[in-house]
Amino acid sequence: MTILVIAEHDHQSLKAATLNTVTAASKIGGNIHILVAGSNCGGAAQQAASLQGVSSVKVADAAHYQNQTAENLTALVIAQAGNYSHILAPATTFGKNLLPRVAALLDVAQISEITGVESADTFIRPIYAGNALATVQSADKIKVITVRSTAFDAAMSGGSAAVEAIAAANDTNQTTLTNRELTKSERPELGAAKIIVSGGRGLGSGENYHKLLEPLADKLGAALGASRAAVDAGFVPNDYQVGQTGKIVAPQLYIAVGISGAIQHLAGMKESKFIVAINKDPDAPIFQVADYGLVGDLFELVPQLESAVG
Amino acid sequence: MKILVPVKRVVDYNVKIRVKADGSGVDLANVKMSMNPFDEIAIEEAVRLKEAGIATEVIAVSCGVAACQETLRTALAIGADRAILVETDADLQPLAVAKLLQALCAKEAPQLVICGKQAIDDDANQTGQMLAALQNWPQATFASKVVIAGGKATVTREIDGGLETLEMNLPAVVSTDLRLNEPRYATLPNIMKAKKKPLDTVKPADLGVDVAPRLTTLKVAEPAKRSAGIRVADVAELVNKLKNEAKVI
Repeated sequence: MTILVIAEHDHQSLKAATLNTVTAASKIGGNIHILVAGSNCGGAAQQAASLQGVSSVKVADAAHYQNQTAENLTALVIAQAGNYSHILAPATTFGKNLLPRVAALLDVAQISEITGVESADTFIRPIYAGNALATVQSADKIKVITVRSTAFDAAMSGGSAAVEAIAAANDTNQTTLTNRELTKSERPELGAAKIIVSGGRGLGSGENYHKLLEPLADKLGAALGASRAAVDAGFVPNDYQVGQTGKIVAPQLYIAVGISGAIQHLAGMKESKFIVAINKDPDAPIFQVADYGLVGDLFELVPQLESAVG
Repeated sequence: MKILVPVKRVVDYNVKIRVKADGSGVDLANVKMSMNPFDEIAIEEAVRLKEAGIATEVIAVSCGVAACQETLRTALAIGADRAILVETDADLQPLAVAKLLQALCAKEAPQLVICGKQAIDDDANQTGQMLAALQNWPQATFASKVVIAGGKATVTREIDGGLETLEMNLPAVVSTDLRLNEPRYATLPNIMKAKKKPLDTVKPADLGVDVAPRLTTLKVAEPAKRSAGIRVADVAELVNKLKNEAKVI
């Protein structure tokens, strides 16, 4: 049994979720290979080779992997797939975009966002926004799986796998990337942050969101998140969104400010180690999951909290 | 240009679902069902393209039980021109749905398929990408802006950490993210009109598709409940707890 983990990376280094995916692979058991497809991606390949439990790193280095389009990566993964019993990728926008395409061409099911490994063919995955956990068994020859990164620890470095160059697949020329705007931030990435300060509709406006939450996040070294309601209201961009339809996070500390706690939001953060809720409505559902609830006016309490943690 | 829009009937997003006591699944008896919210956004986008004179026809498709007709009528009330129900009582998984849609693409020859990025019941997020693969079409998932001009789609996508814009030739598959648009409410006159719009029914066998599931659900369980903690009186108590009890700051 050999497992292929498809690395998500920025060519220089691996994205954090790749490390969690390797750990999920190690729970399945068997040899683990990592595929690094990129352009001048030696840095990412070296990091992949240093992960414990990895026996081989396959590197496809070509200009048409620069933009990581699903069409080009699929062609490459399909060419390699015959050697593997499992193909895994992180359940990030990268993995979610790519792997169903791979699965369809292999004529197998994809198992989305697993949070547990029962055996080599049986996995646990959340359904209905995490309000139920399904245990599913696959009869397909190749199991194609995306991995929810918060459910698995990050793989440690300290290994020394062989790095092998493999042939790139042809450029499919199906899509052209014309623009990419990544939010520039000094703050930690939402998916990897130890502390997250998250705001909801209770903040009233984008201006209030930034004015109140940014100083607090800066003091705590926290990432900033938001509920879907805050995103829908235009307070912040969509990549701030925590929830069923946004990012799934599990930091050490999640501070929910002015967030009522809709089911779809709870789905994205209820695995956090500690949850703090600040809300003026004592009956808000967020208090049902909060370790520490503070009822009151967030416009007074958040500045107080900011000065108290300093 | 024809646009095909798949729509799924799912448990309404406001419903708190219950896991069946025997662990065989989720209790769907007497539960309010609605169109998957992302599919509503997909229909809206297609109808806007028609209103802008870019699309000529919007075809809504649903795969599933007879009651999916209601979902299709909703799509027709929003502004789809006609509807196709692929009727089956079988448990349909994303690969099977993608194959059914592939068969319909062969029949209808749409230039664009707009689908929701994920259904809020199985949370799979697969069907659009699978259809694109089976058709060997380009895909643009998680779209927040779609521009169709000169036989090309230019799509802005929501990705982790920001946005990117892809350009591709049609035909293509686009999957919708939340911010693409705000779907309109179907007005009463349009709901009445929708009742007269054509709705065809076919069976998976008519399309030559084997819809047998590939995954077997062994068990459905409730996740471990997170118990509510305590209320703190003020910020001082909160900070004290965070520092000394939780030790997270």
